[in-house]
Amino acid sequence: MNKTWNNKAWWMVLPVVLLVAFSAVIPLMTVVNYSVQDTFGNNQFFWAGLQWFEEIVNSERFHDALGRQFLFSAIILAIEIPLGIFVAMNMPNKGWTASLCLVLMSLPLLIPWNVVGTIWQIFGRVDIGLLGATAEKLGIDYNYTRDIGDAWFTVVIMDVWHWTSLVALLCYAGLQSIPQAYYQAARIDGASKWAIFRYIQLPKMRGVLLIAVLLRFMDSFMIYTEPFVVTGGGPGNATTFLSIDLVKMAIGQFDLGPAAAFSLVYFLIILLLSWVFYTVMTNLDKQER
Amino acid sequence: MNATIATPNTAPKRSFITRQGVVMTLYLLFLLLPIYWLLNMSLKTNEEILSTFSLWPRDFTLENYKTIFTDPSWYSGYINSIIYVVMNTVISITVALPAAYAFSRYRFLGDTHLFFWLLTNRMAPPAVFALPFFQLYSSVGLFDTHLGVALAHCLFNVPLAVWILEGFMSGVPKEIDETAYIDGYSFGRFFTRIFMPLIASGIGVTAFFCFMFSWVELLLARTLTSVAAKPIAATMTRTVSASGMDWGVLAAAGILTIIPGALVIWFVRNYIAKGFALGRV
Amino acid sequence: MAEIYLKKLAHSYLPNPQKPEDYALKEIDQVWEDGKAYALLGSSGCGKSTLLNIISGLLTPSQGQVLFDGKDVTHLPTEQRQIAQVFQFPVVYDTMTVYDNLAFPLRNRKQDEATIKARVTEIAGMLELSADLKKKARGLTADAKQKISLGRGLVRQDVAAILFDEPLTVIDPHLKWLLRMQLKELHQRLNRTMIYVTHDQTEALTFADQVVVMYDGYVVQIGTPQELFERPEHTFVGYFIGSPGMNLLPVKLDGSIAHIDGTSIPLNTDYQPKSGAKLELGIRPEFTQLSPTASANSLPVTIKRIEDIGRHKIARAEYQGKEINVVVPEDQSVSKDYKYLTLDPNNIHVYADGWRLKQEAAA
Repeated sequence: MNKTWNNKAWWMVLPVVLLVAFSAVIPLMTVVNYSVQDTFGNNQFFWAGLQWFEEIVNSERFHDALGRQFLFSAIILAIEIPLGIFVAMNMPNKGWTASLCLVLMSLPLLIPWNVVGTIWQIFGRVDIGLLGATAEKLGIDYNYTRDIGDAWFTVVIMDVWHWTSLVALLCYAGLQSIPQAYYQAARIDGASKWAIFRYIQLPKMRGVLLIAVLLRFMDSFMIYTEPFVVTGGGPGNATTFLSIDLVKMAIGQFDLGPAAAFSLVYFLIILLLSWVFYTVMTNLDKQER
Repeated sequence: MNATIATPNTAPKRSFITRQGVVMTLYLLFLLLPIYWLLNMSLKTNEEILSTFSLWPRDFTLENYKTIFTDPSWYSGYINSIIYVVMNTVISITVALPAAYAFSRYRFLGDTHLFFWLLTNRMAPPAVFALPFFQLYSSVGLFDTHLGVALAHCLFNVPLAVWILEGFMSGVPKEIDETAYIDGYSFGRFFTRIFMPLIASGIGVTAFFCFMFSWVELLLARTLTSVAAKPIAATMTRTVSASGMDWGVLAAAGILTIIPGALVIWFVRNYIAKGFALGRV
Repeated sequence: MAEIYLKKLAHSYLPNPQKPEDYALKEIDQVWEDGKAYALLGSSGCGKSTLLNIISGLLTPSQGQVLFDGKDVTHLPTEQRQIAQVFQFPVVYDTMTVYDNLAFPLRNRKQDEATIKARVTEIAGMLELSADLKKKARGLTADAKQKISLGRGLVRQDVAAILFDEPLTVIDPHLKWLLRMQLKELHQRLNRTMIYVTHDQTEALTFADQVVVMYDGYVVQIGTPQELFERPEHTFVGYFIGSPGMNLLPVKLDGSIAHIDGTSIPLNTDYQPKSGAKLELGIRPEFTQLSPTASANSLPVTIKRIEDIGRHKIARAEYQGKEINVVVPEDQSVSKDYKYLTLDPNNIHVYADGWRLKQEAAA
């Protein structure tokens, strides 16, 4: 589209800018403010420089939480992306079955996150949950409040249950946009199903996959509610991811300085990683042109 | 009856048990089982839940639901949630429409930077903002109000709305705008009468996502409310009574929170397929 | 390469067709010769795409059979029919190079790399793609991509027919001409059966040995471009082919005299039309002549407009409220004073309900 240069367009974006500035810029400035100050208590602050930053970046607590977070995000991406693609490829294209699948698949996406946590909290319990009880019947020792492995398992499978449909829906939309002629041509060329996937479907889904990976990465890196409801971050620290740790610090302990520094470092990490993801994938695109 | 020629050809029958069918059935089963379990629990009494283990309620009861509908501390939670979600969706779309139009049609000073800045807000961890929001909103008197939560959710919903709407708007050729101006339409009339119907499915998709992300968000909603605007999510985290955890009521509350979402999907089901395909993807 | 026999073929999209209108494709019984170039010509909705899809295997006809060299392929899926198809928009494998694109059909059939290389280089040469072989298919222009699509069809030796579905739709106008010529050359060189669907008469007439004109699901005429021009079997053919198309005037017949609103024109033969049929006289603008003086059997006309096309002029005339177009060759003069129109009796055709009346022996 040929866009015309018109600075008066600023009037049209002004409401958005003001709203988001109110929601973002001012709070962010507060955080920055806190991150460089220390307090004597009683609301008296003094300049502390980069002290909090140094403390955070060197703290073992932070490193642990960061490590757990990376591990978690890596695991769920490794499961959800291929699974989502697989499901999208098996979804019906039209008819009442397609509508039914779309509706049922969207259901987990619309459940409030604390309820997601509650569902799995109940589901995994040995006394009242189907999953827990079945595990017990099969002789498997399953207890997510006590055992670290079980806690991770529960949290991972909960996220897969919760979000895979988003990946699947995005990939489905990408697949739907492929004109029928491509499949016909491929069949005429004698291509196998795998060749069709590799040379037609996957390339055409590149755009949606980028969105899916970006969204899932960002959201998994910021996850708070669901694991908090199920495990509370435990057992011990086993499932304390970055957001959980931060909230504990900020609202639980009211350690404003360290919490603020933590926040900024956290935010920066996300920005950096997202930028890297984005540039890598769009460059892959450009190289091929 | 058949005045014309030879015998018609019949197509071979397709089997229902295909790999497609099996995969989808297993996947949907995986998704629905935990939800079913919750439903199952919501229809049992607490005694039954704690004593026996059954795949369906032996002692069917609607008591749990009754409790929720009659106890103000429960149903007010729903009402509060619905209020701020609707407010947020309306606000987000209203401000996003002109902004998306500007991004789609015009170039102006700092436009790409502004767009990117908007997107970065979507990447902001709510945890980072919990405390500052708490202090900021308290100081302007928005603490524990529906408007407060609605505004807070704009942090991530408005960028998303602008992003999605811009995608749809770019699919409408500029020639349509120009034709309308030549025909004498004022900008307002053009936008409401001509432009918006053209991007109707885009507005539908946007409304769906705004609703979805606001309805499900807990951290900010809980941090910014205490009593008056307490969302159902917060209420649900306190169902421990004197007799221990009230699982039945908790489950019923959970099921009820799924219903608005399910309704929304049902109504926009036609848009989901169309909207996804036409828009940013 | 194969001879294609369309045996009592008809198709309806409805489950229980009763009347002719229910059929998207009315019955056709035709043999298309091996190695010839056929064009399916008609406007949108005339059934040409339906026919193409039946031949390619995308659609199973509700009645009749399709035979390739005598073998019934009606129920065979596309990939088993040994056809190649070029679509309206270029279909290439974006992630592969041009070479790999062309090699793809052969690799899938497990041929050895040496054979593949020979074949691909040969076809690339024919299509003038040799310079682009190492490039990724994605960045090329639309016409290059269409050539790649075509190339994938040519690279296989066992192709019975190549089907083209309006392939020049996305090509730039100034390249269309070039591509059309290249297609024609390719056909002459390779002698494969080619079936070309289009709504553009120029494409059809330049490309094909035989043009199949379709209208409303009927095949109204099959013939060489010259036959279509000189002896249109249906008013649609007359109207669609030629620029401007054939003039049609309502007429009353009286043996071998035609009466057009008062003027009598003698005809070469005696027609015996069915009573009650709608009769029209058709004559192409190329076979009419304007003169300032009246002559026997001339029509008095008024000239509304004269357009100079360059190679010739077109005079838009009017007779009793009906429009008649006249093509005036470059070397002849014409002006608004030329009020008398004569029709060349050798090229007058009479149509009843749209179909041409066959000429009886002259009385």
